[in-house]
Amino acid sequence: MENEQIEKTTAIRLNQLTVAYEAQPVLWNVSVNIPKGRLTAIVGPNGAGKSTLIKSLINLIKPVAGEVDFIFEQTKDENYGNNKNLVAYVPQNGSVDWDFPTTVLDVVVMGRYGHIGWFKRPKKKDKALANEMLLKVGMADFKDKQISQLSGGQRQRVFLARALVQEAEIYLMDEPFQGVDAQTEKIIIQLLKELKTEGKTIVVVHHDLQTVPEYFDEVILINRELIGSGPVETTFTKELIAKTYRQNQTKPWEEE
Amino acid sequence: MDVLSTLFFDYTFQVVVFGSSILGLLSGVIGSFAVLRKQSLLGDAVSHAALPGICLAFILTSNKQMEILLLGALVSGLLATWLIMVIVKHSKVKFDSALALTTAVFFGLGLVLLTFIQKSPNSNQAGLEKFIFGQSSTLLERDVTIMFLVGIVILIVVGIFWKEFKLLAFDQSYATSIGLPVYWMNSLLATLTVIVIVMGLQSVGVILMSSLLIGPAVAARQWTNHLSIMVGLAAFFGCISGLIGTVISSLGRQIPTGPTIVLVISSIVLISMLFSPNRGIIWKMIKNNQRKKEFASQLKKGG
Repeated sequence: MENEQIEKTTAIRLNQLTVAYEAQPVLWNVSVNIPKGRLTAIVGPNGAGKSTLIKSLINLIKPVAGEVDFIFEQTKDENYGNNKNLVAYVPQNGSVDWDFPTTVLDVVVMGRYGHIGWFKRPKKKDKALANEMLLKVGMADFKDKQISQLSGGQRQRVFLARALVQEAEIYLMDEPFQGVDAQTEKIIIQLLKELKTEGKTIVVVHHDLQTVPEYFDEVILINRELIGSGPVETTFTKELIAKTYRQNQTKPWEEE
Repeated sequence: MDVLSTLFFDYTFQVVVFGSSILGLLSGVIGSFAVLRKQSLLGDAVSHAALPGICLAFILTSNKQMEILLLGALVSGLLATWLIMVIVKHSKVKFDSALALTTAVFFGLGLVLLTFIQKSPNSNQAGLEKFIFGQSSTLLERDVTIMFLVGIVILIVVGIFWKEFKLLAFDQSYATSIGLPVYWMNSLLATLTVIVIVMGLQSVGVILMSSLLIGPAVAARQWTNHLSIMVGLAAFFGCISGLIGTVISSLGRQIPTGPTIVLVISSIVLISMLFSPNRGIIWKMIKNNQRKKEFASQLKKGG
């Protein structure tokens, strides 16, 4: 009975997830349930494996051990590979070449490619949706601009719009507030809260400890291994933060 | 002028020009994706790596038929591409180093084999060295027909997978995340690149083929901010470079076609880099000067 309750409120279930580059583990034995319909921050120092965690959820990095299950509303299939469209990934905006010859609207329409399918071109409906989302992120006036002309914050908003047109159930965002202006930060967080009220699950890699209580409901503290997870009020404590950011973290895989 | 008009009515010449133009066009299209994916030098590795394939095909079959030699080139070109990917994936060696390594090993092997063939008493051996710098006069009607048909297939494939190739070039992580079979799309694009390069070996040669791949794309990028226009323009630049280069090399005696075509496309690149609006160097200088003057006059007014 209790188990069923957990099933219903969990969006992503991580079981003993372990990731290694070469022989060096970067994430060790992470087991955690990410709750459905909540805003969750992944917090930890540089090199703690925050981005790695998100990337390994969607197989951009292959874990060496452990399982990840997604619990969707639209399907009982818990395999990510079969339901990629239901998970929207927002990479760090520094990960692409912004001098690429394309327009803002074009980039947002790319978010529809998974829906459009092979051998077909984007339709009016796809472009209309892209325009609608550009309006939401405050970039409607920029839709025909070449993407190299955008500021860091504007780039991030374009990436968010691209994820929004995907109409996913779960949103995974890698450092969306990195190097963005105050206005962009406000727009993004407002949109994320809106998504939450629609029942979507949002997981954000976050580096600004100050804003965690204001922005998020849940927090996952990691430093190579899981330090703590749960509601911000109970988990985001001085002790656990200190433990997360403690220097010279012992290497968990070398302990007995 | 008389020479030129006789030339243009010459059937053999028409065949050769047509072949070089098709080659340039295809190089422009496929090269655009190579340049945007920052894989310009992959073309260089592949074309150099084709040489041992050509030589081995000749040694094994003692046959100088073009199809057989180019099949050898295709196999060793694909092998080199695969090797580079494997090295990058399974070792700490970076892409550029893997590229340089593979190019050197394959081209070195190719030169050794070429010397071996030339020293052998086989009277049939002459001509393989033409692949170094290319000689488009060796193009036969049958070769050009094959180029034309393969070219049409390549253009259709690019058309069919246009949006996938575009996403792949812009944001590979995101492409993976929405379920695009990135590995297979990468392999497909790499295969198209190798095919275009192999088609160019006969007229442009192994050393300079990569310039024909990169040049049109780099020049086209200067004039537009739209991928479709860039690809179209690159096709156009490649096409006229092939045409003009072949004409020039046919006018003189023993002028290799490869270097001539490359000189033409290089001129187009130079002009584009200097004079294109927005991105051109001269254009930028003029704009900067204007702005400086504006600022100066504003400061005067204010002060």
